[in-house]
Amino acid sequence: MTLKLGVPSKGRLMEKTFDWFAKRGVTLSRTGSDREYAGAVEGVSNMELVLLSAGEIPRELAAGRIHLGVTGTDLVQEKLPRFEQQVEELAELGFGHADLVLAVPQCWIDVDTLDDLDAAASAFRAQHGHRLRIATKYHRLVREFLTDAGVADYQLVDSQGATEGTVKNETAEMVADITSTGETLRANHLKLLADGLVLKSQATLWRSRVAKYGTEDKAALNTLLDLLEARK
Amino acid sequence: MAVKTQGRVGDLADNLGAVQARAAQLRVRFEAAGAQVVDVPLLQPADTLLDLYGEDIRARAYVTSDALRGEQMLRPDFTVPVVEAHMRHGAEPARYTYSGKVFRRQEHYPERPNEYLQVGYEVFDREDAAAADAEVFALFALQVRGLPLRAATGDIGILMAAVQGLNTTEKRKAALMRHIWRPRRFRALLDRFAGRTPVPETRKKLLETEGDLTGSAPQLGKRRAAEVQARVEALRADAKAPPIAEHELLALEALMAVRETVPYAIEQMRDIAVDLPQINPALDRLDARTAAMKARGVDVENLDFEASYGRTSMEYYDGFVFGFYAEARPDLPPIASGGRYDALTRQLGQGEEIPAVGGVLRPYLMVQLEEARA
Repeated sequence: MTLKLGVPSKGRLMEKTFDWFAKRGVTLSRTGSDREYAGAVEGVSNMELVLLSAGEIPRELAAGRIHLGVTGTDLVQEKLPRFEQQVEELAELGFGHADLVLAVPQCWIDVDTLDDLDAAASAFRAQHGHRLRIATKYHRLVREFLTDAGVADYQLVDSQGATEGTVKNETAEMVADITSTGETLRANHLKLLADGLVLKSQATLWRSRVAKYGTEDKAALNTLLDLLEARK
Repeated sequence: MAVKTQGRVGDLADNLGAVQARAAQLRVRFEAAGAQVVDVPLLQPADTLLDLYGEDIRARAYVTSDALRGEQMLRPDFTVPVVEAHMRHGAEPARYTYSGKVFRRQEHYPERPNEYLQVGYEVFDREDAAAADAEVFALFALQVRGLPLRAATGDIGILMAAVQGLNTTEKRKAALMRHIWRPRRFRALLDRFAGRTPVPETRKKLLETEGDLTGSAPQLGKRRAAEVQARVEALRADAKAPPIAEHELLALEALMAVRETVPYAIEQMRDIAVDLPQINPALDRLDARTAAMKARGVDVENLDFEASYGRTSMEYYDGFVFGFYAEARPDLPPIASGGRYDALTRQLGQGEEIPAVGGVLRPYLMVQLEEARA
């Protein structure tokens, strides 16, 4: 058996993950052609690199098909109910920072807080006959956040991309989306709610609590943990 | 999802036969009490439930869909479809019983079953609300007699009366009423209306303006400028309204904290009614219910009453509420629960309404507790 590490298969997230591990004496690399999702590990024996889409990593960890995985806090918390029971956070990687925020049109000069949003949603429903629509792909996180805050009369509409544009197209009245600088939101004439930060996310190394660990896996994990510890 | 569901005790457990037998027995007893048996489809239109509960229901119910009928939910409870059926073609007065499976997502409680039998009893009767409340409670108490349970009771109607009679604007009262079932938002509103929350700087600036506002931001989305302007006017008007008086606020807080046996609770609330006289009619109804319960043999002297009971989990109840809990098993959901839901019949009745009270039992929990005793 080998200790399986899942890493996002594409782009900057993969490169930065490789850099992060390299600084700790673990060399990760892609093998074969660029199209092939295979990888190699040097520095820890009996460890295997699995390249996956970042969105699939939470599910693979929860299913125990990989032992370790790098993905955002946002994806883990969105996709895994009671995530603490299924995965353990080993290290924050210090990149891939993104906030899940609630944003409304800038022209809503009367709405700055969740309290305002709730009142506006109530009036909107009375006026238009349907609940105020929030476009997002983070259904669980947003719903739990709004339930906790006691906001009513909203509905979530699914948006898997170009979420900011839904307001202009009038398929949603506002959005809940990931932003790192707020640039895209501002460009689309949206503004953040003062208390509308749902979650702060960054790339994180997780350990599956569900996966089976054989003797060799445990030894590999301990070697890796020692390397990570040495660089803290 | 690979969540472990060990120790799950539901209808799928090996005591299935015992659970079904218990459910059948309960239904026969409810029929003997005068109820007519009803059945409702497993698949319920999602719209009705979403309109009623909002997006929160998605966390509790299983949603499915087809291209023709759109979104449907595996029934998360019977009350809503039974009320709809009654409002469509029910004779009055009516008593109904049902026994069947309900389906609940249990992502926060993986040890709880996600499908289980529920047996219910619902009374639609205009004549005597106190008598109907007492009838339902006494009948349920009888079904769980002998089990080590604690009964909890409350009355959302008292809190509603307190809010409706506050000496403040209609808009503020409507906002508070809307959040009776969301204690945190209710609290935040109350603090704001009482002037306890500082006004944010951005809001101060907005309130200092006058007339129509033409902001620099472009008009965007379906919420139009007129709606924004209407709310700005509402905020200006609200800023001019005096805060809710301290004595009213303290009395309301004292009311929400009442937690006593019924006789002492009534005594405390009559004291509070000196500052909140609007709750007296609701307290008279509690008196009448208590007398009716006593007449049916309920030990009201030792029955618990909590003025805030039912505010978090029972969204459509607006009067008497009750639940039976396993004393030694705080991890279990209530073995039985119910209450009065007059407003729900109004909401689902399309212009019609009828006072209604009822409740449900979870036979699998009854069997589980009985087996634990044996």
